[in-house]
Amino acid sequence: MSTLTESAAPVPASAPIVKPTAQIRSWKIPITFGGIAVLSLLLFVVLGRGQRGDLSTFRLSEARDLIQLPEVALPTFATGVFVAIVLVLMAAASATLVYRHRKVPIVLTILFALLFLIGFLAWAASGSTIPVPGLLIGTVTLSAPLIFGALGGVLSERAGVVNVAIEAQLLAGAFSSAVVASATGNPYLGLLAAMVAGALVSMVLAAFALKYLVDQVIVGVVLNVLVIGLTSFLYSQVLAPSATLNSPDVFSRLNIPLLSEIPIIGPVLFRQTIIVYAMYVAVAVVYFGLFRTKWGLRVRAVGEHPQAADTVGINVNRTRFVAVTLGGVISGFGGAYFTLGAVGAFNKEMTNGMGFIALAAVIFGQWHPIKATLAALLFGFATNLQNVLGIIGSPVPSEFMLMLPYVVTIFAVAGFVGRSRAPAADGKPYIK
Amino acid sequence: MSDKTNTPPVGPASKDGSERWNQTLRDITGGSAMISILAVFVALVVGAILIAFTNEGVQETAGYFFSRPTDLLQAVWDAVAGAYSALFQGAIYNFRADNFLTAIRPLTETLTFATPLIAAGLGVGLAFRVGMFNIGGRGQMLIAAGAAGWVAFAVELPAGIHLIVAILAGLLGGAIWGGIVGLLKARTGAHEVIVTIMLNFVALYLIQFLLRTPGALQAPGSNNPKTPAMLPTAVFPDLFGPRYNLHAGFLTVIAATIFVWWLLDRSNLGFQFRAVGQNPNAARVAGINVKNVYMYAMAISGALVGLAGVNQVLGTLTSGFSSGIDAGIGFDAITVALLGRSRPWGIFAAGILFGAFKAGGFAMQAAEGVPIDIVVVVQALIVLFIAAPPLVRAMFHLPTPGTTRKPRIHSVKVRTSNEVVAK
Repeated sequence: MSTLTESAAPVPASAPIVKPTAQIRSWKIPITFGGIAVLSLLLFVVLGRGQRGDLSTFRLSEARDLIQLPEVALPTFATGVFVAIVLVLMAAASATLVYRHRKVPIVLTILFALLFLIGFLAWAASGSTIPVPGLLIGTVTLSAPLIFGALGGVLSERAGVVNVAIEAQLLAGAFSSAVVASATGNPYLGLLAAMVAGALVSMVLAAFALKYLVDQVIVGVVLNVLVIGLTSFLYSQVLAPSATLNSPDVFSRLNIPLLSEIPIIGPVLFRQTIIVYAMYVAVAVVYFGLFRTKWGLRVRAVGEHPQAADTVGINVNRTRFVAVTLGGVISGFGGAYFTLGAVGAFNKEMTNGMGFIALAAVIFGQWHPIKATLAALLFGFATNLQNVLGIIGSPVPSEFMLMLPYVVTIFAVAGFVGRSRAPAADGKPYIK
Repeated sequence: MSDKTNTPPVGPASKDGSERWNQTLRDITGGSAMISILAVFVALVVGAILIAFTNEGVQETAGYFFSRPTDLLQAVWDAVAGAYSALFQGAIYNFRADNFLTAIRPLTETLTFATPLIAAGLGVGLAFRVGMFNIGGRGQMLIAAGAAGWVAFAVELPAGIHLIVAILAGLLGGAIWGGIVGLLKARTGAHEVIVTIMLNFVALYLIQFLLRTPGALQAPGSNNPKTPAMLPTAVFPDLFGPRYNLHAGFLTVIAATIFVWWLLDRSNLGFQFRAVGQNPNAARVAGINVKNVYMYAMAISGALVGLAGVNQVLGTLTSGFSSGIDAGIGFDAITVALLGRSRPWGIFAAGILFGAFKAGGFAMQAAEGVPIDIVVVVQALIVLFIAAPPLVRAMFHLPTPGTTRKPRIHSVKVRTSNEVVAK
């Protein structure tokens, strides 16, 4: 999708020799913007809702909040027309920038996305009210397992081991946390068990990938199947007949005093379960560990250029083994969300492909813990938006909303959104 | 092409990623049959341990193990032998039946279950041979099932032609869904693993939407997300009469196996496929259009997986289908292809083995109360062991192929001489 303009015209012999310059104009962003702008023209103007002056209301506070923000009511059709026009102008601006060989600033992209989102919400909520805090609280909650999975994936892949087995780690964590928390009556021991289970799955992955040099994608896929089979078998054979092994205590939401009273942000970030709070810590720790410590530098070195790392005395396979195992610990912890944070019992295949979405978040987030977290939040947002719109009556069939994160990922991987480059030695075993 | 290409995974060349991938594929495709048999054996042993551990009789007798240990052993034997003999009788031959025609019914069930597994396995295996990993079986099957199913219940055509048109519609659906992956990989370099996983979900939600939309796939006058029954003109005829479930779809799968064998081993395109699979850079240098190969390979792979979806809707579940029609076959197909070493006839055999596991698994669940999920565990273990020949060799103290036997002879000699000295 990029055009290569080479100014290598035949040069007369007498003319001074000019080095041919190759300039690459990437039309990806203008094309994407243009597509979205046309889509919004279609949706908001041609198929515009609320032409008779309906209002779209955004509720910014929950009833129990200390500080009450007023509701914002926007005229649906007028907002749609305004948003569509501005989006078209922004698409034109990005095209002009690219034409002049200038970069499209990231601020423009963010503004574009936000504006489209507001336009879409206003369009979808014609004549009804969107609870903004509820939308965002659910986003953070639903993203939690994705973020844990994505962090586990980032850690493993930064060390150079492809981790397709996130699904298996989440499922193993969900299963063992439910069993241990039920058997001991202590959900914190359940969290510990989830971490151990995730680590065990990771160790199998690491052993096969690093010792037996099996292709890492194959091991990952097979591990997913194995853990699905194993947990389903044990569920049918052991958990289902017993009444006591599958009824763990569920963590309730903990309000952090003071912080939870900040308008909008407070309820969203500080009225969550302990698993979500642990997630904040995990994101910070993984980021700090990978980019600010000696150990992190080694992990990244091993993932980018194992030979060089080996030359300076880093034990490549041991570093990889530790990183993959830690990744499993984090992913497994995220698995506890399903049983101890949400449902309160283990079910067959209850992770339901979340591990694969976490994998997509890793790639979408360009193998960076913060960006992967943002990608996971995007997936969580799309899922929760579908839930919320389902309640207020969505004009878009829910299946298409559910499809959205996957379509976005395909576009992301195909390079429309941004270039995704894996660590150089990702998936390649190091053999001295 | 033969078993002799199994070199030990060492040497500087194998540090490169594509080399590594090829080496793994070569290990899978070129390892000895012995490894496969041992892998199946070890997986069955692990399955037996799981069955024994979770068996109530075993747990009971384990309580008084030290007073009467034979009780425990007896209980373990009963649990494991009961489960595996039920598995066998449900998959191959039922000894308890009155006459041969009834007793052989499980074998036809096995072939019925094997039919879609082989088709999808061929698709995944073909992609493997081109160096690509098609995890998108679920999506390709769903789209193919939707296309074939729609033609089968909504279009009225004369018998015979109707069936062919429905099959072609399904193949086309699968080919398009697989072709998207090839196109994206060829044009943008998008990793096929991610794209196939994502397209699985897109297909699932698309089919779910169509299944609840009147006029699309939903049965008229119904509120359930399910299609109407297929018209009789578009249904695969039974092969051995109504007594058995085995349908003519099995013949299409045999044809597909022959086709893939011809394509890979005898055709020009297949040569290009294999060349790209061995080394895309060398293939490019040799003048092969690698991008086109990716697209063709994924389209054909998708069509083959689509054949599995076609077999599901036109052969196995003709009374209308819902979004669970793929029945996990798209993922089972990966293990089938790995077990079959990505060779057409190997996949055929592996598909029949896994079909037997599936047919027997249901019988085992009904007769002995052992959940069918144990079969999934055994299948995953088989593939895991097959993918790691060094592990299996280490378990059974097998020699590593490629190493000469001289050191062993030498060591024997030394030992004998030592013995002589000692004597």
